[in-house]
Amino acid sequence: MSAVLQALDLSLALGRRRVLHGITLDLWPGWTAIVGPNGAGKSTLLRALAGLLPPDGGEVRLQGRPLAQWPAAERARQIAWLAQQGAPSGDLTVRELVALGRLPHLGLFGTPGPTDEACIDQAMQDTGCAAWAERRLGQLSGGERQRCLLARALAVQAPALLLDEPTTHLDPPQQVAVVRLLRRLGQQGTVLSVLHDLPLALQADRLVVLRDGRLVVTGAHDDRAVHAALAEVFEQALRIERHGNRYMAWPDLG
Amino acid sequence: MTAGAAARRRLQAGLALASALLLAAGLAAGGEGWSPQALFQLLGSPDAALIVGQIRAPRTLGAWLTGALLGLAGALAQGLFRNPLADPFLLGSASGASLAVVSLLAAGSLGGMPGLLPQIGLVGAAFAGALAGVLLTLLLARGAQHTLRLLLAGVVVGVVLSALSDLLTIAVPEALRGRQAFMLGSTSTLGWEGCAMLALGLVLLLPLAQKLSRVLDALVLGEDSARSLGLPLPALRLALVVLLAAATGLAVAQAGLVAFVGLAAPHLVRRLAPGLHGHLLAASALAGGVLLLAADVVARTLTAPQELPVGLLTAVFGGAYLLWLLNRQREL
Repeated sequence: MSAVLQALDLSLALGRRRVLHGITLDLWPGWTAIVGPNGAGKSTLLRALAGLLPPDGGEVRLQGRPLAQWPAAERARQIAWLAQQGAPSGDLTVRELVALGRLPHLGLFGTPGPTDEACIDQAMQDTGCAAWAERRLGQLSGGERQRCLLARALAVQAPALLLDEPTTHLDPPQQVAVVRLLRRLGQQGTVLSVLHDLPLALQADRLVVLRDGRLVVTGAHDDRAVHAALAEVFEQALRIERHGNRYMAWPDLG
Repeated sequence: MTAGAAARRRLQAGLALASALLLAAGLAAGGEGWSPQALFQLLGSPDAALIVGQIRAPRTLGAWLTGALLGLAGALAQGLFRNPLADPFLLGSASGASLAVVSLLAAGSLGGMPGLLPQIGLVGAAFAGALAGVLLTLLLARGAQHTLRLLLAGVVVGVVLSALSDLLTIAVPEALRGRQAFMLGSTSTLGWEGCAMLALGLVLLLPLAQKLSRVLDALVLGEDSARSLGLPLPALRLALVVLLAAATGLAVAQAGLVAFVGLAAPHLVRRLAPGLHGHLLAASALAGGVLLLAADVVARTLTAPQELPVGLLTAVFGGAYLLWLLNRQREL
């Protein structure tokens, strides 16, 4: 059996700057968080895995088949993607926005049926935005809007969910709700998220640690090698300690 | 029905009613101002068929149709560029049409008009020029994939073609008057033939644009997110640019550069009853028709028997509307 998503010796340059250097990575069902300092190439790796940036070297495979060989519509049903800091216009209602997630299934000309409506309802419920279904995005706070965008990605109901900073703009209770949701979704499929917030990232099943566009280590959230790599890439600015059955990151003030 | 859907219904009904009232006002509006009495008198006279049937009716309907095409083009441009300030003339259609008109006028006044040109006429030249302007923009931008490149190429084409028009009018000053009339925009010369072209354009372009409206909805999320939804964006954007160019070209060819209708109509719709682009495109066309026809009726009657160029009025109204919008946003 092949991994859901694979990066094979993946290299990528943005303009003249090489951002990813020969990354090889297997992603299996469960929740994986990509972490690393600013400029490590986290979002670029996520976009390459989503097929939004063509690699210069190596390739991405989805279910064992090169991503480039998948027809665009079929690929869109397999991989849902949430952009970092999406800023959609305020004219759409929450429901209209979330319904865009059904486009890969409906195409440009299809009409949403009961299954689509059920998926939209479920996605809004999962992200806690069902109560504002008829409100316009312009009337929502940044955090509320982020939850709606997450619902849009969930409405695709893709086996692989790629999320770039899904907890941006969220208050702590909302961050916790999203983390719970990602853990639950990780039990049903493959979730890959870029997370800036290390304490939240440590709640994932697995972590991928990047630095300067290179893969430093990948492993389970309780893997000592992962903790050591985190301390190293963040220049010993944090300590990782066990609390109950989870690990937490603390600022190391010396 | 949700509150949003009810608002959209109300707006559509209101715009349809306003269109009907303005069409009646357009038939009644003449060189002596307008009044229902004067219209009834005129209808009883032997000149009715000529004045109402051949002059006022096609002009009134033509103004509405031109406005509708500009409203549709404006909604397409603003959706395509994800910018509420985008204008239908952004991709070089205005400067292309203007250069074509000036070239034809200059060739005519020099007396050396090549054989084909008189047959094409100013309308045909303006339409061809508008399409050529957009085509040049697309060539410079190497397709329609990149919004910023497309916008920059549109600006370059606009500036360069306008400079060429200036150069031509300096070399052949006789072309200046015609150019000025074109730049100010006018509905006074619209006849039934023009109406037929405009109507055919609207009947073809609006349903096609609505078919592609989900692309514009998806673009609201940003280009990467739209692509992640499996949409072949380069081809779809090109199709939308072609629709935009055709709608703008048709309107410009018949009525010259009518300012602000394409910019203001989608704004008005979004303010009163926002929604998905399927609604936005149709309602913007209705709103564009209402705005231009209202301006046309006022242009005919405000200083009757003198007539104001309708483009001048739409520019003044449009400017005032945007200023009001600016003030309201400051209050919010």
